[in-house]
Amino acid sequence: MPHRKTIPGVWRRYPQRYRLKGNRCETCGEYFFPPRVVCPNCRRKGKLVDYEFSGNGKIESFTIVYTPPDGMEMQAPYVLALVRLEEGPLVTAQIVDVDKDEVDIGMPVKLVFRRISEDRDDGVINYGYKFTPV
Amino acid sequence: MRKVAVVGVGMGKFGERWEDGLRELSAEAGLRALEDAGITGDDIQALYIGNMSGGRFVGQEHVGALIADAMGLNPIPATRVEAACSSGGLAFREAYLAVASGEFDLVVVGGVEKMTDVLTGQATTTLGGAADQEWETFFGATFPSLYALIARRHMHEFGTTEEQMAKVAVKNHYNGARNPFAQYQREIKIEDVMNSSPVASPLKLLDCSPITDGAAAVVLASEDLARKITDTPVWVRASAQASDSLALHDRKSLTSLNATVVAGKKAFSQAGITPRQVNIAEVHDCFTIAEILAVEDLGFVKKGEGGKAEEDGMFDLNGDISVNTSGGLKACGHPVGATGIKQIVEISLQLRGEAGKRQVDKAEIGLAHNVGGSGATAVVHILSR
Amino acid sequence: MVGIVGYGAYIPRYRITVEEIAKIWGKDPETIKKGLKIVEKSVPGVDEDSVTIAVEAARNAVNRAGINAKDIGAIFIGSESPPYAVKPSSTIVAEAIGATPELMAADFEFACKAGTQAIIASMALVDSGMIKYGMGIGSDTSQGRPGDALEYTAAAGGAAYIIGKKDTLANIEAVYSFATDTPDFWRREGQEYPRHGARFTGEPAYFKHVISATKGLLEKGGYSIEDFDYFVFHQPNGKFPLVAAKKLGIPAGKLKQGLLTPVIGNTYSGATPLGLASVLDVAKPGDLILATSFGSGAGSDSFAIRVTDVIEEKRKKAPSVEYYIKRKTYLTYGEYVKHRRKLKM
Repeated sequence: MPHRKTIPGVWRRYPQRYRLKGNRCETCGEYFFPPRVVCPNCRRKGKLVDYEFSGNGKIESFTIVYTPPDGMEMQAPYVLALVRLEEGPLVTAQIVDVDKDEVDIGMPVKLVFRRISEDRDDGVINYGYKFTPV
Repeated sequence: MRKVAVVGVGMGKFGERWEDGLRELSAEAGLRALEDAGITGDDIQALYIGNMSGGRFVGQEHVGALIADAMGLNPIPATRVEAACSSGGLAFREAYLAVASGEFDLVVVGGVEKMTDVLTGQATTTLGGAADQEWETFFGATFPSLYALIARRHMHEFGTTEEQMAKVAVKNHYNGARNPFAQYQREIKIEDVMNSSPVASPLKLLDCSPITDGAAAVVLASEDLARKITDTPVWVRASAQASDSLALHDRKSLTSLNATVVAGKKAFSQAGITPRQVNIAEVHDCFTIAEILAVEDLGFVKKGEGGKAEEDGMFDLNGDISVNTSGGLKACGHPVGATGIKQIVEISLQLRGEAGKRQVDKAEIGLAHNVGGSGATAVVHILSR
Repeated sequence: MVGIVGYGAYIPRYRITVEEIAKIWGKDPETIKKGLKIVEKSVPGVDEDSVTIAVEAARNAVNRAGINAKDIGAIFIGSESPPYAVKPSSTIVAEAIGATPELMAADFEFACKAGTQAIIASMALVDSGMIKYGMGIGSDTSQGRPGDALEYTAAAGGAAYIIGKKDTLANIEAVYSFATDTPDFWRREGQEYPRHGARFTGEPAYFKHVISATKGLLEKGGYSIEDFDYFVFHQPNGKFPLVAAKKLGIPAGKLKQGLLTPVIGNTYSGATPLGLASVLDVAKPGDLILATSFGSGAGSDSFAIRVTDVIEEKRKKAPSVEYYIKRKTYLTYGEYVKHRRKLKM
């Protein structure tokens, strides 16, 4: 039986997963997604403030996943990519509504809101970010 | 810190071991290591165990205590070490430091993983624990997919081909067929890899290391004790470790594992040698692309030239540097916590001239390279006679 | 007077044709296409549902409105295919657009008119001064029973409307609602698919309520049919709206822009809201629109909406309904069954 994700664990990340809420260090100017608890450059000298990303980005690498983890069987095969957000950070996310033969490095993409996984058929549904070609 | 040597090694056959659990696998490897060293259980002062996930594979935590108990070693200290796929290598390092520091004179370090009791889906999910749960795995990243993302980028930046990656698997199967402990005893061809079913493009089934049960163990002793125990001590010339971001998307480079680069440089510096002086290397080929990255990041070849070097046979058995003579993770198998220790076993056997059909001519300096996850931990050891 | 400050539409990209479905049941597709006046319908992606559709529509509405989502004081979503039987979809939408935590939220059910009812509820809260902006959404991914006539039309889509008092791109001049207890179409708790009364869904249900509500609006607002430039009716198939129009003396041409079912199917709670959005995508300042929804069970909401000159600037800030209609990928029946989770795993 697949391991259930914890409810507090998924709820805690809604703003990040629903709206790409990250943060930015005012001291060094770098943008972070996911948000950092400590700026890796400035450490305690850094001042972190909330920042919601635009959702625009480009594909930096991609793969087509044929052997999905538990809970994502119905979506397979799917495109998984590393998306470079225009503000700087790199995120791991699926690319949807795209012809698998057309995905390539450099493709511009934008944020969409989709189901990521669900906890069997009686548990919580996990929503979050995916991307689609512009 | 004083010098430390490997004075005994042992392992069991890697594969699907239906009859055996953690206790049986550990005992088999441990007893062989003690036999090989010619010592008894009373001589052991501490036990270190590399094990990634007893909990999620067989529901068992507290694995250090489990094995000390199973081997009748109580009340010596027993410590389980975890760093995903580098649990074994890191356990070896912790054991080495314990002896080098003077805290202990003789310890046993083993690695064990029991992966085949669960279905493949659960095993995949558990292995995914080596990645970033919240920001990689949650979104559908599987372990193969992370290395696939690296492979795609390596192909894009350096022109590495799928055939060059396939050569790594072919080479390692050739070696594995000469290793009685390897999970796979058959040779394969490039076409076999190219035609195997896709897992996460461009990686196919035969680009990926398997799910395996197994254990390996080595005995470590301080210099004075080592010389008393054996005529063929294998000296630990360097032990180094480095870290990098947990998630692939937080790395500075997608085609280089900086933890390997840093640990490798530290190790070569400690041993006072250059990369090309290494004769044999057990590197972390969890996927074929990982070996290409390893030979580049360790400095055997320049960044981007790993694929061509593999293709040209540079790392074949008795090539410039014999890489993964054990069969690597690919053909020998990858019982996660055991792999790092198996690497030490293989290097030791090679340096002692006891590697049978896969013996490397003039094996003098060996290197073991063990990576955790997609590169968040790297452990490098250099051994010699 | 309150009006529409921003509106947004969303239709999933997948489609299945009448031919592809008819093939499975051995039916003649041409007969069905002629009878229902439909060519193909939209199908949600495997990772889409009425909530994800509502979020995309809501984000488009916020972009057109140009407001801070935190100023939205109410979010109501109408649907008959919510992902949870108990747990509001509206709070998920609220979190996704950043409107939490100072707002009220609730999910509405009234078959296909839940969306327009959500809009009216927002209007009342804004008009009374209780909130600055309110959002009403109609979104559905309704299931069609395999082999039933509704399999050809049950589709997926949604639209969101932000109601406010200032900077409106269209003002809602009058509203009239008409509701009775009429069991024409229903789904019991725990049942996979709805059931319906076949021909009973016509005269006593759809036509009685759509026509009564429309006539009621005309009388209440002092309008005549000739005053209106566009008409949007609830559209369970491509035929019923044309029949209703004829009964009311409406020229068929004025229905065309708001009649989407022929190319995307019946998006249930999203149908009238999407039809209205399609009209708003092209309407000129000063145009008067009449929109009448219908929900089984049964009832209709009728609106008289006057377009302002703010519309030209605002409508380009999000994709048009036509954009969503044009982008499509066809599915085979097997893929459709997988997308719609009809497979027993």
